[in-house]
Amino acid sequence: MPTREKAQLLNAAETGRTIERLAHEIVEKTGGQHGVALIGIRRRGVPLAQRLARTIRASTGAEVPIGMLDITLYRDDLSLVAAHPIVQSSDIPFSVDDRDVILVDDVLYTGRTARAAINALFDLGRPRRIQLCALVDRGHRELPIAADYAGRRIETRADETIEVRLSEVDGEDRVMLVTGEPAPAARAGDT
Amino acid sequence: MSFTFRHLLGTEALSREEILFLLDQSRAFQEIQRHPLKKLATLRGKSVVLAFFETSTRTRISFGTAAARLGADTMNLQAESSSVAKGESLVDTARTLEAMKPDVIVIRHAASGAPHFVAERLGIPVINAGDGLHEHPSQGLLDALTIRDRLGRLEDLNVTIVGDIRHSRVARSNIHVLSKFGCRITLCGPAMWIPPEMTQLAPGIRLEPALACALRGAHVVMVLRVQTERLLEPALPPDEYIRLYQLTPERLALARPDAALMHPGPMIRGLEIDPAVADSPQSCVLEQVTNGVAVRMALLYLLTGGAPSGTEGARPAAPAAG
Repeated sequence: MPTREKAQLLNAAETGRTIERLAHEIVEKTGGQHGVALIGIRRRGVPLAQRLARTIRASTGAEVPIGMLDITLYRDDLSLVAAHPIVQSSDIPFSVDDRDVILVDDVLYTGRTARAAINALFDLGRPRRIQLCALVDRGHRELPIAADYAGRRIETRADETIEVRLSEVDGEDRVMLVTGEPAPAARAGDT
Repeated sequence: MSFTFRHLLGTEALSREEILFLLDQSRAFQEIQRHPLKKLATLRGKSVVLAFFETSTRTRISFGTAAARLGADTMNLQAESSSVAKGESLVDTARTLEAMKPDVIVIRHAASGAPHFVAERLGIPVINAGDGLHEHPSQGLLDALTIRDRLGRLEDLNVTIVGDIRHSRVARSNIHVLSKFGCRITLCGPAMWIPPEMTQLAPGIRLEPALACALRGAHVVMVLRVQTERLLEPALPPDEYIRLYQLTPERLALARPDAALMHPGPMIRGLEIDPAVADSPQSCVLEQVTNGVAVRMALLYLLTGGAPSGTEGARPAAPAAG
């Protein structure tokens, strides 16, 4: 299934600046970093959360704990997919009880991944607050979910995909708008 | 690669890559055992038949717990209280169970090959939970997971299995798993329990009737339960078995200092194992039980997933579609 690059939305420098701005917004909105934790949704939410934490540390000195979450077992489309997808491990090395948890993902689309992640967090405890941070919000929500922090809000058509590439995973930083069939690695349920 | 099996009937047919894939998948389910809230809705609406034609407590509870934690419903069949006791044939019982539209059937049966027989005739996935003297694959997998967690690897280990190897499906499933990782497996017990044909199960098997020789240098010591009724044929008085084969702290000291001590349960303290060994820091017995639930969750999750996932998804380390 051929995919075609339609347009580059963010180059490497712009991607980096967007992540930095998100980190500063998080610092502004959460005030002191007391009780704040970042949880990256696998896969690209994880390096994003790590970069946000680094930037926050550099600017405030605060050490923000980071976790990673795989939402496969919480997907709402498992009975619809041909084969159950591979499960990745989650690693949240702190208690979420009474914390301000910020879920981090690369793209916010239907909102179903965020719903799954919220359910997963509830199985781990009772956070004081859950917020959502996405590098790109492309619209087309299917659930009443909104980003508290969005790096870019981009109007898209349903047949387009946003492809976020991060150096930790893809060897480069950039964000592209792609048309045609979704790439094989695209999530079956949602992004 | 990914898991392309429709059934899990044994570990003999699994490749090394498939075993590693199953162990890696089990990791996510190990984490769930540590959650305050352990119940998922992943398999909500699916049902699992637990068809135990032979009595079992821990394996049935383990599969039942695994199904419950995934949100699946379970239907229980216990031979002694069912139509099996009234003379119904295995295939009729299996077809009746299938007609209730379960998504997977877990079978334990006293006859070797019974799960294979059922798998050939039913249209749903079958998991072998122990068949006669043949295999107990989920036990072999959970033991491998426990060893890998304890020792950090599965490759090139010295593994000593002590007890009634001849009648042990646990030993067979373990041998088929561990031999694929180049482990050197020593089978130890009275001569009647380690017949020469056991060496043909896999490459690299050694028979050693003397426990001290078998234990020296072992990375893993697996003690099997002594079924006292087996001591009658031919007679070996329990006292004599204890004298020659009970795993005591002094004997365990012959193995490597970090050796992992395993027992599939139920454990008979004072017979095959000294209580001090059972409770020692080297003992993995309770980890085995916890890992059993995780491995069985992974199996239920993968086998109820419908069509084999082919080659897409690649290696466990590759990005998931999620």
